[in-house]
Amino acid sequence: MNTRIENDSRRRFLQGIAGLSLAFCLPESGAATGPGLPPDASATALRFEPNAFVRIGTDNVVTVISKHIEMGQGTYTGIATIVAEELDASWAQVRVEGAPADAKRYANTLWGPFQGTGGSSAMANCWMQMRQAGAAARAMLVSAAAKQWQVPASEITVNDGVIRHAASGRSGSFGDFVQAAAAESVPADIQLKDPKDFKLVGKRAPRKDSAEKVNGRAIYTQDIHLPGMLTAVVAHPPRFGAKVKSVDASKARAIKGVVEVVRIPSGVAVLARDTWSAKKGRDALRITWDDSSAFRLGSEQILARYHELAKQPGAVAHRSGDTDAAFASAAKVLSASYDFPFLAHAAMEPLNCVVRLGQGECEIWNGEQMQTGDQMAVAALLGIPVEQVKINMLYAGGSFGRRGSKDADYVREAVTIAQAIKGRAPVKLVWLREDDMKAGYYRPVFHHRIEAALDAHGNATAWRHRLVGQSILAGSPFAGMVQNGIDPVSVEGAANLPYAIPARLVDLHTPTDIGVPVHWWRSVGSTHTAYSTETFIDELAAQAGKDPVAYRLELLKDHPRHSAVLRLAANKAGWGTPLPAAPGERRARGVAVHESFGTFVAEVAEITLQADGSLRVDRVVCGVDCGVPINPDVIRAQVEGSVGYALSAALHGAITLKDGVVEQSNFHDYAPIRITEMPRVEVHLIASQEKPTGIGEPAVPPLAPAVANAIAAATGKRLRDLPFDTTQLKA
Amino acid sequence: MITLNINGQATRVDVAPDTPLLWVLRDTLQLTGTKFGCGMALCGACTVHLDGQPIRSCTTPVSVAVGHKITTIEGVETQKVAQVVQEAWKRLDVVQCGYCQSGQIMSAVALLTGNRKPTDADIDAAMAGNICRCATYVRIRAAIHEAAAALA
Repeated sequence: MNTRIENDSRRRFLQGIAGLSLAFCLPESGAATGPGLPPDASATALRFEPNAFVRIGTDNVVTVISKHIEMGQGTYTGIATIVAEELDASWAQVRVEGAPADAKRYANTLWGPFQGTGGSSAMANCWMQMRQAGAAARAMLVSAAAKQWQVPASEITVNDGVIRHAASGRSGSFGDFVQAAAAESVPADIQLKDPKDFKLVGKRAPRKDSAEKVNGRAIYTQDIHLPGMLTAVVAHPPRFGAKVKSVDASKARAIKGVVEVVRIPSGVAVLARDTWSAKKGRDALRITWDDSSAFRLGSEQILARYHELAKQPGAVAHRSGDTDAAFASAAKVLSASYDFPFLAHAAMEPLNCVVRLGQGECEIWNGEQMQTGDQMAVAALLGIPVEQVKINMLYAGGSFGRRGSKDADYVREAVTIAQAIKGRAPVKLVWLREDDMKAGYYRPVFHHRIEAALDAHGNATAWRHRLVGQSILAGSPFAGMVQNGIDPVSVEGAANLPYAIPARLVDLHTPTDIGVPVHWWRSVGSTHTAYSTETFIDELAAQAGKDPVAYRLELLKDHPRHSAVLRLAANKAGWGTPLPAAPGERRARGVAVHESFGTFVAEVAEITLQADGSLRVDRVVCGVDCGVPINPDVIRAQVEGSVGYALSAALHGAITLKDGVVEQSNFHDYAPIRITEMPRVEVHLIASQEKPTGIGEPAVPPLAPAVANAIAAATGKRLRDLPFDTTQLKA
Repeated sequence: MITLNINGQATRVDVAPDTPLLWVLRDTLQLTGTKFGCGMALCGACTVHLDGQPIRSCTTPVSVAVGHKITTIEGVETQKVAQVVQEAWKRLDVVQCGYCQSGQIMSAVALLTGNRKPTDADIDAAMAGNICRCATYVRIRAAIHEAAAALA
């Protein structure tokens, strides 16, 4: 989602921290515990907690409390970098802990009073807030040192975790001043650094989560084991909307380790002492499903309906200039249509959730991406106050949007199972890979149609873009953003097309009778809008007989950040220089540029096609502008990974339905790319001074159109549907 | 009761012989560094060593592992090659979500134990069974080359 609610004023921040206790000493939590795990009560020390985001112990450990989940995108490292920068801490003394669910303290400031991670918004909303948190803590430490040393605070310097008064030759660590700093008041006026003095921001800081992720000690939801815990595996209906008619659980109950079988709204849950017994129990259930209200269409029928809908005008998402007049007087009209399939997120860690029910309260362990939404849903389910839903945010083994559940689906399922056994034991809900793949919440199927009117010189005078697809925001906490029939995430990247075309009309059909749950999937609307717009603009360039980079730059004169990343990627890729090809091979480059979530990314893809049509993407060169690059190496890693994630979808990604039943089940028929298909990736960053934006998603959208444009350059064939049908590419 | 040799220790477990080794490690012994990803030997997240050879523990019945040396991510770091691999992984910040990385490292250690100078083709052959949805493959390849250089 690109929509932002600007709400991060400094005044509000200061009000926020003033309400917190500033001068208390409590047992320090053990520094060795993982995120969300109970603190080690044996490790006691004094601590200084100037605000909700920083805690410093007498052991000189600086704990940064991250309100955002670490699901691979590097947030823990990014947030710690910002705090440590203003605190002038040593990188080695900083550790990161996941924040509890508490929207009062830990809201995503771009989302209003709502805690959650998504829309590549973590760095954007944390930038000023974390700088202020670090600077406030630093000022309080300095003030405490000044009093103790009886010197002016203005003469004290802090560097790499050392507080120093040069004139008197005194120095101390943060830990030395924890007790005194805790008695200081929060400064009314917080001085932030001049960016030219940044020591950590813009440099490589090693990831904070690397060590425990290379030795197997990082704790994910799947790894939680509570005393007496039961593991639940659920039989979900094969069709969306179906219900249980009857169940014979006798064989399941007979399996050793199986403890309970319970009916829940989403199916039948088997609870066992361990996962394998639960799976065997689930597989032994004999269930008759009631399909009377089930969704029974197949993918081809869904698309056929969408093609029909696309013949009629939809709700207008953008209108500028007089498109009708331009088409009426056009020398030539170019048109194309595009189909995009359902896509599963298919993170490496299948969905799961641990729940312990208490008296009037509930505790959850989860790779938690949508704290406030999940808290509200669970509170409503249990009839308890939101504050009584405690959530421990663990590492997530990937998410790509799935764990930020728009309706708390799998969290509610876990709570419902715990309720069904009356809270007698903690419950770990485990979805097996097949459950994860088949249970919906997909990137929706979309159909696009684009037409361009060209004048006698081949210039585009008008552009009509029609989209058909389900709304993602409907049924989510952000449903209020759907206005006048327009779900803004359905048309993001299309309604705001940057190219200077005099007349433009973008309209949208949002079918509401497709009973397949849909969800935000890494880069959301731009997963399809970047593809249709960037391949079609390439067709217009070809039609005009112009170089694809030069053509785009002509139409991007008013968009300097698009232009800059496009030039950067093209230059670094050697755009326009010949690509050597072996006999029988066809090689070419293709380009695409796209803005999403306030970040600008251009990608040049180099491909090789063999005579049999087999396609290899050899190299992808990326130009990126995400504002001030907080952690350049994390940014590079996100871009590399986004290229791979997007390539999986472009080459292989499709969830298909037949008679309402999902046809894929595991990685053999929904195949991510493996190391053998991974291209070389080069990432070049703009040294931007703009406010930081996100990088978890924005490098996904340009990849597929860049590859498709390279295919067109090599073969003259325009592949308009995803995933690519390479059988069309035989020489 | 079944007796297993896990990370050099004789370990007795009370499980059905057809239980996959993965779930014995994870649920019975709480050695949770070995991950569940697919249950069908498709993704490699569950990779452990059986007498030094990488296997998929999610489809290996525990009975098959009896009498063999099982090494998991928790025990592999006693080996020099593993230490070097883990250092390279940290130096290049290979990990993102990290969930597949235990399996990636077990496959990389097995590769480098048998082949100190792997080519890109060797790396492809040894690592193609391990899926990473964060697509950290660029850095996995670089880290294996770096570890190989450090071992030379």
